[in-house]
Amino acid sequence: MTTIGISPNRLDAAAKVSGKARYTEDLPMAGLRHAVIVRSPIAHGLVKSIDIRPALDFPGVEAVFTYEDVPEALYPTAGHPYNLLAERRDVADRRLLTSHVRHFGDEVAVVVARDVLTAAKGARLVKAEYEEMPALLDRESALAPGAALIHEHAPGNVLRHTVSEHGGSVDELLKKADLVVEGRYKTPMVQHCHMETAVSYAYMDDEDHIVVVSSTQIPQIARRVVGQALGLPWSRIRVIKPYLGGGFGNKQDVLLEPMVAFLTWKLGGVPVQIALTREECFTSTRTRHQFDGEAKLALTRDGVFTAFDLKVWSRTGAYASHGHSIAAAAGSKSPYLYPRAALRYDAVTYYANVPSAGAMRGYGQPQVTFIMDCLVEEAAQALAMDPLELRLKNVARSGDVSPYNNQTIYAAGIYEALTRGSELIDWRRKREFYKNQTGPIRRGLGVACCSYGSNTYPAAVELAGARLILNQDGRVTLAVGATEIGQGADTAMAQLASHALDVPLESFHVVTNQDTDHTPFDTGAYASRQCYTSSSAIAAAAREFAGKILDLAALLSGVPRDAMRLKDGNIVGSDGEHVVFTLAELALQSYYHLDHGAPIVAEAAHKTRLNPPVYCCTFVEVEVDMPLCRVAVKEAWNIHDSGRIINPKLASGQVHGGMGMGLGWALYEEMLLDEKGRVLNDNLLDYKMPAIMDLPDLDCAFVEIIDPTNPYGIRALGEPPLVTPAPAVRNAVWHATGVKVDEIPITPKTLFRYLEKAGL
Amino acid sequence: MTMVDLKLHVNGKDVETAADPRESLLEVLRGRLGLMGVKEGCGVGECGACNVLVDGLPVDSCLTLAVWADGKCVRTIEGEARPGGELSPTQRAYVEAGAVQCGFCTPGLVMTTSAFLERNQHRLNEITREEIKRAHAGHLCRCTGYEMIVEAVEQALGREVKGAGECRPAPSLAEKHLTNERR
Amino acid sequence: MFDLRELRRARSVAEAVQLLADHPEARLIAGGTDVLVKLRHFDGQFRHLVDIHNLPEIKFARLEGDRLMVGAGLTFAETIDSPLVKEYIPVLGEACATVAGPQIRNMGTVGGNIANGAVSADTAAPMLVLEPELLVSGPEGRRHLSIHGFHTGPGQVALKRGEVLFGFSFDLKKLAGLGACYYKYAMRSAMDIATIGCAAGVKMEGGVIKEARLALTVAAPTPIRCPGAEAAALGRPLNDETMKNILAALEGDIKPRTSWRATREFRVRIIKALAERMMRAAAERAAGRVQP
Repeated sequence: MTTIGISPNRLDAAAKVSGKARYTEDLPMAGLRHAVIVRSPIAHGLVKSIDIRPALDFPGVEAVFTYEDVPEALYPTAGHPYNLLAERRDVADRRLLTSHVRHFGDEVAVVVARDVLTAAKGARLVKAEYEEMPALLDRESALAPGAALIHEHAPGNVLRHTVSEHGGSVDELLKKADLVVEGRYKTPMVQHCHMETAVSYAYMDDEDHIVVVSSTQIPQIARRVVGQALGLPWSRIRVIKPYLGGGFGNKQDVLLEPMVAFLTWKLGGVPVQIALTREECFTSTRTRHQFDGEAKLALTRDGVFTAFDLKVWSRTGAYASHGHSIAAAAGSKSPYLYPRAALRYDAVTYYANVPSAGAMRGYGQPQVTFIMDCLVEEAAQALAMDPLELRLKNVARSGDVSPYNNQTIYAAGIYEALTRGSELIDWRRKREFYKNQTGPIRRGLGVACCSYGSNTYPAAVELAGARLILNQDGRVTLAVGATEIGQGADTAMAQLASHALDVPLESFHVVTNQDTDHTPFDTGAYASRQCYTSSSAIAAAAREFAGKILDLAALLSGVPRDAMRLKDGNIVGSDGEHVVFTLAELALQSYYHLDHGAPIVAEAAHKTRLNPPVYCCTFVEVEVDMPLCRVAVKEAWNIHDSGRIINPKLASGQVHGGMGMGLGWALYEEMLLDEKGRVLNDNLLDYKMPAIMDLPDLDCAFVEIIDPTNPYGIRALGEPPLVTPAPAVRNAVWHATGVKVDEIPITPKTLFRYLEKAGL
Repeated sequence: MTMVDLKLHVNGKDVETAADPRESLLEVLRGRLGLMGVKEGCGVGECGACNVLVDGLPVDSCLTLAVWADGKCVRTIEGEARPGGELSPTQRAYVEAGAVQCGFCTPGLVMTTSAFLERNQHRLNEITREEIKRAHAGHLCRCTGYEMIVEAVEQALGREVKGAGECRPAPSLAEKHLTNERR
Repeated sequence: MFDLRELRRARSVAEAVQLLADHPEARLIAGGTDVLVKLRHFDGQFRHLVDIHNLPEIKFARLEGDRLMVGAGLTFAETIDSPLVKEYIPVLGEACATVAGPQIRNMGTVGGNIANGAVSADTAAPMLVLEPELLVSGPEGRRHLSIHGFHTGPGQVALKRGEVLFGFSFDLKKLAGLGACYYKYAMRSAMDIATIGCAAGVKMEGGVIKEARLALTVAAPTPIRCPGAEAAALGRPLNDETMKNILAALEGDIKPRTSWRATREFRVRIIKALAERMMRAAAERAAGRVQP
């Protein structure tokens, strides 16, 4: 019986609705100390002097460390696997504490105390004096000739600049084109806003090992980076990930782990915790890269795209974190959408004195898709063609070859997704109906589409591990290195294992807490990779596991091994009916038979070398209140081609969440800075992430085009849902008002500027 | 500050505890009573993760001084299940509807739903989707887009819900074009 | 833990007045949704507190002759649910329903919303339209203050040090026939503070506007009434021409400023749009006929 394509409840749902699920801060240790970081009140400058005495004298403060006390070595923080090629490793540009502060909220000292309030008050007593340097906040100032250097290793404050061109000569195609449309677009810096803030603690329980308990998407990478930051062998670090309250990429970065490890190491192993406030999460974790783009699209008069020419500037902020990988990843995932057109992609990633940008759901693709999709809409307008028809004419079809790597796209469901979505939202009728409105309240329809990848290969190694253990009672423990961060990975993994073994889902226990000392190796939760990459490891482990079960069953029963198989949790004979052993019976034998057998354990690791694209599109209907400059989304559909859907309910939840985040990006969210680089809205009141009344009912559907390269026919899903809502909304606003907005978020304040300019 | 003695009625039981008057109700529930299902997401009443019921009303326990709860009935997520541990109808609805993802906002939301249903016991049939949203407007959730949270409340009301998006198999390049991934 | 030094519980308004007199460094805390946020950010002004949270004495809503008395200690939720508020001054309950979210509305008080002087306070505009007397108790006894002029600057009010705002007294005779409504314009539909708040109150008679009250928040350094706009409405039918005159006069009433939250120009557009909508809605509520 298959457990794929059905919607059992999440394995951890009951634990979460009853308050039993324990997150990092819910595991207090006796003697836990609390640390608070002393942060820079300026965006750029040098610490001239620092006086820690008043803090040290404050009752309850136990220790204070400054930039003078931490290791010299620079370390990287990006949640990428280690790379054997030195030139492909992440940029190491961070120390635990710094005297050269590079953004508002940068870290100069840390105070450890017996409770949080004492540590916070102690931190306020540390007196640092600064020599201010110019705050380079945007592309113009950071890239200006002669601008102050934010990092010595980056001349001109350029972290990296790359140009790629695939599918033909873009210059030639631009010259030959019947029509070229162009535009300039801008997308904002936003924050992940996971409900659990960043939190880690560390302790030592022997002479050699530092144990870090952390709200992280990437325990194995955190382990390696802590080792790098402290100059310790990696195996001396152990990272444990409990239940995790959302990450969205922010926790695909090594945030607090090196600091808490350093503190416990310095303080003789006492447990030390840092739990960031919400305000600190905004200023001092990671954000989404702000993008500026200049772009051109060449096409024939029939509306056939011939070339995209994209130039983007990606602002990585104070520290590299994921750095140029964000812009580069988007460049590599985009050519799958319109594979018959050439694509030139010129990307600059630059430093600036703003909070560091890192990974965030979509990883560059939302920004680049916004630019590409806006362009496509310009083309539709220029040709007076229905925007849906124009997309249908150009999107990938199964059998197309990607210009990026010359590989065949075996499953491309974007045509089908667009078709289905247009039926669901009643595109043709409503587009016609909403033409040429003039009143104060206007409606419009928009569509946008994108491609994405299934993992990070070949940019990074794609390695996943799975282990199956047959317990004495016949239940199966599944341990994977892939981390459950709220997306439902554990449940999906259990469904995959259940399907592969033909053992009921109820028989599985999935180890939800990854522990680098105990769980199989996997690089973590990111790139929507988990199900795709783990599936092959699970399939391989299941084959071995079933083999061992049948071997023992044959030995004990005398029935030939090949005449038996697993069915619905039993070992059955060739007729599929006769039960030779129940799994529980065989399990007991495996442990306690005096002479034969052994506990049945199977483990497999798998390196994936395929990375098939996935597709999605968004259809929205908006209502614009012209006098109040307000856009309300009335209907929203996301249609996805992610191959076979393992659990439609969980998948829909992922899609809704992405749509909500995408609509937030489209209409509400932006981190605002003053002219000195201070974050103005570092809290959930002033940062307008959508609340329940700000989002419409969210709807989704899946076109299941089975990917033959995967043992289960699955591809990726987690991130794409947030990519397309923003351009779809922008296009719908254009349809409703006749006003083309080339930036997001389209807040009332943004729309106001455009409406005033249009005299509306 | 001088410690004070608090008498609370928490999840159906009388509890006495010493507390620092500077402590929030959140801190006392978590730190002194070990009720770790109460979560802190912002500390300033902007996210709703710390929501508990005080005398039946949802409040942000991060913005409630613990001394204010002296002598009052406090209900947290730990008190939501039926005696014996059976999930309450609200909890079951959250599980079934798929309203739970990372789970960090869940305890606070479940408590609001539970209070909302109790308060509207006499008019459950009249409750609209809009009203459900209004009643849950004091909670932020980043995982779900709120869709399945609204559905969970409707499910708790015994209504039919939309459920998962449709999955339509579509034709693809036949599998014959490919062998399995090279291993 | 909050960075508090002293928390002194008052069991009555009189005791609160006494405690404030004895401890001049102390401030009042009622619902706590504002003060505790400030304390969390180490605002030193609030380290000494006199606590009137949930004080029964100031949790009332009752009729006294022609007056409706509303206690400053009513939470927003209690105000919304009050049958007397619903019957006589529904606009106040409607405004309370726009405050933050349900949990905050179960804690925060109407009195605190006015007494903290916030320029964006959701009850400020409807109060300016409803024109209650403010009931104040202080070291020198009790006095009544007008809502007009109560807000003296951003975060500042006409209360003297040591005084407690304990209630509001609404003159129901003067409110007879008044249709009133409130619109909170914010970036989110809940859990937000007003970018602009607008309340209007209108009485119609014989097809013309007999009385007009228009109040705005965040349109000037304090919540304001709009005398110019009101004068332009008086004695006129509420038609497009009158509306044009009202909006033109309104420009002289307001002084919005540019901040990082919104520009002056943006606020002006929103103010005008809201003023028009609220005047029309209030007129409809007043059961007056809007002329085509």
